[in-house]
Amino acid sequence: MTGPAPLLEIRDLSVHFARPRPTIFHPAEMLRAVDHVDLTLHEGECLSIVGESGCGKSTTALAVMGLQEPTAGTVLYRGKPLNGPGAPGRKERARIAQMVFQDPFASLNPRISIGRMLLAQLSLHGIASGSEARDRVAEMLTRVGLSPDHARRFPHEFSGGQRQRIGIARALMLDPRILVLDEPLSALDVSIQAQIINLLMELQERLKLSYIMISHDLSVVEHVSDRVAVMYFGRVVEEGGWKQVFTTPTHPYTRRLIDSVPDMDAVLAQRRELPPPAPVPDGARFSPDISARPDPRTMPEPSHLATIGPDHRVRLAGKAP
Amino acid sequence: MRFNFVFGLFLVSVVVLAALLAGLLAPFHPIMDADLMSSELPPGAPHWMGTDAQGRDVLSRILYGARVSLMVGVVSQIINSTIGAALGISAGYFGGVWDDFVNGLTNVMLAIPSLVFALAIMAVLGPGLPSLLIALGLTNWSWTCRIARGSTLSLKSQSFVLAAKAAGFSDWNIMRTQILPNIVGPLLVIGTLGIGSAVLAEAALSFLGIGIRPPTPSWGNMLTDARELLRTAPWAAIFPGLAIFVTVLGFNLLGDGLRDMLDPHMRTRRE
Repeated sequence: MTGPAPLLEIRDLSVHFARPRPTIFHPAEMLRAVDHVDLTLHEGECLSIVGESGCGKSTTALAVMGLQEPTAGTVLYRGKPLNGPGAPGRKERARIAQMVFQDPFASLNPRISIGRMLLAQLSLHGIASGSEARDRVAEMLTRVGLSPDHARRFPHEFSGGQRQRIGIARALMLDPRILVLDEPLSALDVSIQAQIINLLMELQERLKLSYIMISHDLSVVEHVSDRVAVMYFGRVVEEGGWKQVFTTPTHPYTRRLIDSVPDMDAVLAQRRELPPPAPVPDGARFSPDISARPDPRTMPEPSHLATIGPDHRVRLAGKAP
Repeated sequence: MRFNFVFGLFLVSVVVLAALLAGLLAPFHPIMDADLMSSELPPGAPHWMGTDAQGRDVLSRILYGARVSLMVGVVSQIINSTIGAALGISAGYFGGVWDDFVNGLTNVMLAIPSLVFALAIMAVLGPGLPSLLIALGLTNWSWTCRIARGSTLSLKSQSFVLAAKAAGFSDWNIMRTQILPNIVGPLLVIGTLGIGSAVLAEAALSFLGIGIRPPTPSWGNMLTDARELLRTAPWAAIFPGLAIFVTVLGFNLLGDGLRDMLDPHMRTRRE
């Protein structure tokens, strides 16, 4: 594919952790939290990464943010690597991507007032100071649906939904191009979830942002995403446009995931039963067998992502043809 | 409880005022007013706490001794807290080899009885106030370090620390503005307890004769002098002992109270 480089490209990303060994006589084992993941985020798009907890989706997000050093692979921003030698420093990187965290109660320093927290970012990056900086903070608080005099308050004076708005304000303060949303709704009440998702969608449109949305909740993903990647035990098992993945889910894990959402009727507009899986080329087997919970260490190797339709890839067992 | 704080603050204030106003409050000079004719007088006018073997006024010596005790307690604990916090926070934050090194050092420090270590340092530096400050300031930071490290470990994976990193703040800035304010409560508690134990350590070293050199009064060397008078003039030992007790209790209660007050959930917004 030619043309301008995509906004963000994750190439062959792996993050492995050493498992603690029960005794020194046990062989060293690696936990493959993220295993050879390739993903692409285009300008103005929302890419959702879904999967159950422990599948590596949050680790992928942290690696994109530079908060987790990858074992292998690169993250490219407009074609320029964000890790490895020659990578931009922490400050430069902060202007590219910011993150909204899952737990609104752990994501704010309890001892720093909201205003001070936001002002510190502006002064660190030399964006504004004095009354101009205060104006910017007030403007940002208004933008996320809070009031300017909330700046004087401390985090414990806010509700969960308000805290998440503050988290969004903090992430937007430096005017980043990419927002990584790590389960931004899962700690919130359903009624608040809708407000936050509306806010996020409105901001995306107004500020021309690109989102990477991490979620285990497909009904949330359904509202916002343009593209979906399904992760399972550190690997992408199915990936493609929203429509392709939701209307013709092909990998058994994706199907099970969609099956498990109680109100998928709404998502699929008409029926509870999933359409039959798309025909799979060359009769290659799907792996792993989803009916039993597989041991990730015995997942069949090799496997590869095969293109089964326009903007639709799924992981199959066996070597790439 | 609020009572702890108020009562602790009261006791500490009394001791601090006594130290500051010793010159005004003391009815006699702590050193010069030795009078063998009035030695070992029991408490009563004009010697409200009696006199010691040299006939010096115990009350006056306690008031002047408070200066030494507080100075040693506060200054040496500031040194301890600084060392402990710097090592503990950096070890917890960076982890790895540095963490192993700091942990090893802390364990070694915990294994050596701090008083014996302070004694060794005093033996090298010689007696006197400056060497006492150094000796006590270098030997009692291990608990501060442990607590700072433990709290830092639990804080550094909190998402507000990750958010600060993502916003581009330097590690130094994060340790100073994100981590330190959140562990200042426990450090303050440990610090005030440490002042108490430094007061005790000063007393012990002076009691052993290698702390504050006589005739300068310190609660420790007052106890040394009073040792031989326990049967004949117990007040010469009781009152300095009480002074130590009140001071240590005051700092401990103050530490407890401060911890409660620093809890952000109890702090309300200033309208």
